[in-house]
Amino acid sequence: MSTPLLSVRDLCVEFSTERGFVRAVDRISFDVMADETLGIVGESGCGKTVTALALLGLVPSPPGHIAGGSIKFAGRELVGLPEAELRTLRGRDIAMVFQEPMTALNPVFTIGSQMTDVLRRYRGLTRRQARAAAVELLATVGIQAPATRIDEYPHQLSGGMRQRVVIAMALSCDPKLIVADEPTTALDVTTQAQVLEQIVKLQQQFHMAMILVTHDLGVVAETCHRAFVMYCGRIVEKAEIGTLFSHPRHPYTAGLLRSIPRVGQHEKEDLAVIPGMVPDLLHLPPGCRFADRCPRRQARCEESIPELDGGNDSRARVACYDPH
Amino acid sequence: MTALLEVSDLKKYFPVRGGLLRRVVAQVKAVDGVSFTLETGKTLGLVGESGCGKSTLGRVILQLQKPTGGKVVLAGEELTSLGPQRLLEMRRDMQIVFQDPFASLSPRRTVAQTIREPLDVHHIGTRAARNRRVEELLHVVGMRPAIMDRYPHEFSGGQRQRVGIARALALNPKLIVADEPVSALDVSVRAQVLNLIAALQREHGIAFLFISHDLSVVEHVSDHVGVMYLGKLVETAPAKEIYRDPRHPYTQALLSAVPVPDPQRKSRRIVLTGDVPSPMNPPPGCPFHPRCPKVMAVCSQVAPPFVDVGSADRPHRVACHLYA
Repeated sequence: MSTPLLSVRDLCVEFSTERGFVRAVDRISFDVMADETLGIVGESGCGKTVTALALLGLVPSPPGHIAGGSIKFAGRELVGLPEAELRTLRGRDIAMVFQEPMTALNPVFTIGSQMTDVLRRYRGLTRRQARAAAVELLATVGIQAPATRIDEYPHQLSGGMRQRVVIAMALSCDPKLIVADEPTTALDVTTQAQVLEQIVKLQQQFHMAMILVTHDLGVVAETCHRAFVMYCGRIVEKAEIGTLFSHPRHPYTAGLLRSIPRVGQHEKEDLAVIPGMVPDLLHLPPGCRFADRCPRRQARCEESIPELDGGNDSRARVACYDPH
Repeated sequence: MTALLEVSDLKKYFPVRGGLLRRVVAQVKAVDGVSFTLETGKTLGLVGESGCGKSTLGRVILQLQKPTGGKVVLAGEELTSLGPQRLLEMRRDMQIVFQDPFASLSPRRTVAQTIREPLDVHHIGTRAARNRRVEELLHVVGMRPAIMDRYPHEFSGGQRQRVGIARALALNPKLIVADEPVSALDVSVRAQVLNLIAALQREHGIAFLFISHDLSVVEHVSDHVGVMYLGKLVETAPAKEIYRDPRHPYTQALLSAVPVPDPQRKSRRIVLTGDVPSPMNPPPGCPFHPRCPKVMAVCSQVAPPFVDVGSADRPHRVACHLYA
């Protein structure tokens, strides 16, 4: 098997708050291959966005810091790398797409000037070459009339178009890895469908690796090859996308899948519910973090944390003492 | 069966002012001639993308905003022409649950004060009786009365939304407008709140106008579904019907755009081109015609009539020239 492009081992991210230290990401490990899309799924506060930020060296510090573990990208260790080196890496090899495109674009510059900045700086193009390249990129992400759109300001574009521009900017230096944090969450369903279709197409066309962070299981099912589910800073299950949805093994994954209403299955009866709520990260139980909401809880679940284990199968793993 | 709520040709236009003299230079037709009826104890789900006017419609029905034209009849009483005194009395019968449980609860009031407020405003019962009613309401929404004297910041999103629902229930309303009540909640908590709403409806016979952009949620809770586009209803039908046999091309595209949490099912997706036009300058004829995959010559000239394509007991109405 080929070596992974990105290899994360025992990553821990901590934040200091007024009420004490919070470990938002707790000893997580995963690999991303050079041409696959990996999904990170979970509910708010589970640590999925912090994981994405940590990969890019963007955890706000203070209050946060990487408290341990390693992030290897193309054989190079990123944890502890000086900011200047991280910055070149971020523009060129790893790109990021954020949830809200308006915050990623500068409102006082045209999209053209923002795009050519990146192209001239990292690809060393002249002004004229950069402009031509930017027009081409806008066309690649499906923007109509790119030669006129390039001179418009972000506020003149719709939400879907802005997100396409952000994706075009992310693509501009032929990155090896794109980290997309909820890229379609702020968009309407019909626009979301357009953008998702584009993302899948581009990932295949450019042979990039992609990490897609989302709370939407539907989005994961339609775009990712593999995914892992996070709960309270830990990975609870990791699997191929088909397996994850057809045979979820962790009670949390199974519960999540049962609790979403699906279009076309109209039954006006109660949805399956995961009782209770996510525990406070400041007061985590000593054992499995899902234990007090879990229908399969046993005595030892409350004593120690089950490790992510798949026996002989390295592709599918679950952190549970009594998985499905 | 009698209709609890009858809305006919309801309009809400917002003036757009411009120029030196702040003259009205244009109008945003947020709600443009909407008619429907809602029966006692039933739920009408209203779906549409952002800016389609669904929230404005909810507010105009409750007279939180004055309509520009049209009628709203609740329990035989025409609301748009009522004086302030009578309108205040009518408000007992109609309540609202807002989207964001963080913004809709006052941070300076305890849970008990918030839930008791409608009772105080309408001078219902003695102080002791009101407090007993608050306890009862907390019990109904599945919260312990012990939390009465706590403040909203101490609760999670799902718990706050329960408080918002308890407040809406305080006066035993006949109609509740729920404007995206679960959109701010995580999947596992969302199912809890949806089940609560369903249970309340069964036990108290309350009619709901359930506004949401999430088609799967709307399908799950609704008896009837209405689809809005640019201020107009384009299709209404029984919930089962509209998902099994959507007639309007917009409804078809909207349904096919929802990401399905099942990687095996390759969806036959209708991806729309372009964006929703500005409601300030809607296209002539059918508002959907510039994006419609089945557009005909007549569509850009004449607005399609709202015709019934269902049977006598299962009305299915659609505004499209394909069926006219």
